[in-house]
Amino acid sequence: MSMALRTLLYKELLRFWKVSFQTVGAPVLTALLYLLVFSHVLDRTVEVYGGVSYTAFLVPGLVMMSLLQNAFANSSSSLIQSKVTGNIVFVLLPPISYREFFAAYVLAAVIRGLVVGAGVWLVTLWFVELPYAHPLWILFFATVGGAILASLGVIAGIWADKFDQLAAFQNFVVMPLTFLSGVFYSIHTLPDFWQAVSHLNPFFYMIDGFRYGFFGQSDVSPWISALVAGGSFAVLAGITLNMLARGYKLRS
Amino acid sequence: MSDSTAALLIEGVCKRFGSLQALDHVTLEVKQGEFFGLLGPNGAGKTTLISSMAGLCRADSGSIRVLGHDTVTDYRAARARLGVVPQELVFDPFFTVREMLRIQSGYFGLRRNDDWIDEILQRLDLEAKADVNMRRLSGGMKRRVLVAQALVHRPPLIVLDEPTAGVDVELRQGLWAFVRDLNRQGHTIVLTTHYLEEAESLCGRIAMLKQGRVVALERTADLLSRRVQQTLRLRLGSGTALPAEFRAVARATPDGRVAIVLDSADAVAACLARMHAAGVALDDIELVKPDLEDVFIAMMQEAA
Repeated sequence: MSMALRTLLYKELLRFWKVSFQTVGAPVLTALLYLLVFSHVLDRTVEVYGGVSYTAFLVPGLVMMSLLQNAFANSSSSLIQSKVTGNIVFVLLPPISYREFFAAYVLAAVIRGLVVGAGVWLVTLWFVELPYAHPLWILFFATVGGAILASLGVIAGIWADKFDQLAAFQNFVVMPLTFLSGVFYSIHTLPDFWQAVSHLNPFFYMIDGFRYGFFGQSDVSPWISALVAGGSFAVLAGITLNMLARGYKLRS
Repeated sequence: MSDSTAALLIEGVCKRFGSLQALDHVTLEVKQGEFFGLLGPNGAGKTTLISSMAGLCRADSGSIRVLGHDTVTDYRAARARLGVVPQELVFDPFFTVREMLRIQSGYFGLRRNDDWIDEILQRLDLEAKADVNMRRLSGGMKRRVLVAQALVHRPPLIVLDEPTAGVDVELRQGLWAFVRDLNRQGHTIVLTTHYLEEAESLCGRIAMLKQGRVVALERTADLLSRRVQQTLRLRLGSGTALPAEFRAVARATPDGRVAIVLDSADAVAACLARMHAAGVALDDIELVKPDLEDVFIAMMQEAA
């Protein structure tokens, strides 16, 4: 890993860590509130998989949702802030290649996603005991899912000229795709049409595969989910690298 | 890289933003060790040219080389040799001054750079602010940090884009003393400034830009000596009148003198000879030489 990449990664990590109350503490609290409300209301009435309580089913979904949202937030907010304030020149003037730029922003965002995800998982340990059927799948989907949203965050951060454009991207793209991906329910409980629609959502595969790592049960095979997640990352990484190589909206 | 390699070689650079031709076939060369001025009115293309050198902006055509390294095809080597102080007062509110300088060093591949960072902090009078967050610094202090950031990797070519805009006299003097030292140590300096007296006293050569074109590229001394008229200011002895031939071209100054604008040193000598021949008594003679501002205005009017 080159010195420039290491430094940019360190800078990005230090940036979110300096405001960890807001970047880690707040999303963990939000996830905890979701868990308290939904599990209280639905735990006795909904059974998703045989032998798995609703609260247990919900926890991996909340962990993954927090991880994905925070990976997106990290890269996108860092870039839009730097662009709006003008300090993006500090990373554009040095001899940092576009590949190093991509790697640093994506890695930092994945790490923030994993830290927040781990935080949510830790606080939920008090409420439910989870099985860990396939830990490697858990790690795989957490990392690849984080990388997908991190890349999407870089794209959104570069594309958006203003904070409200980024908020629109988050509210109209990321949030719906996350909420409609089976965080709170198994898609087998949905009517056929909505099941079919859910299969078009790449976020569904990330969460389903992640959940498979815990319960050994899922709506689709983890291999298919891995293929979709890996393919999604490859496509988004390709788009992001192309934007960076061309200097899209960064170098006029 | 030999000493004859230009510190900066710009050849036929064009850049258009929509209907605006920001740079129009700009060609110029800055030799190693020069203190070079880039002047022009607002919108002349100075910042676009600097952005093109630094890779913040991509020229439509032409090429730019920093110490022999093309800024597009060999951009990493070019940027490693270039330090740019941007015109905008930008800062990262998450970090302290020292953190910023260490981070900036790392971007240039420097792991342990604290000795040089300490020296820069001392020279820019930033030592007391080293561990203060950027947000808490005054505008002048933030400007100093921008200069420090551009110097962390000891770049052979330093570009200062209006570094003294809006800063106090003390900082200006300190900054110029430091930059002069860097120049004496062999760093090439390219400066843009709105303070023409700064360019006049610092820069050995000057390029003037207007509407994206280079309208002058000369040694500062040559620029000051050519074409521009000199003003002869005279205090006439009591009871003495100007000869008739000068009355049409002379004007009275507020301090009771007579000012005559002449084309050259020869014309000045001839004028004084005729005064003497006409028996004009002179209590005082003052020759006001043109400054860069006069040249600048003349050049800009000429190029219109």
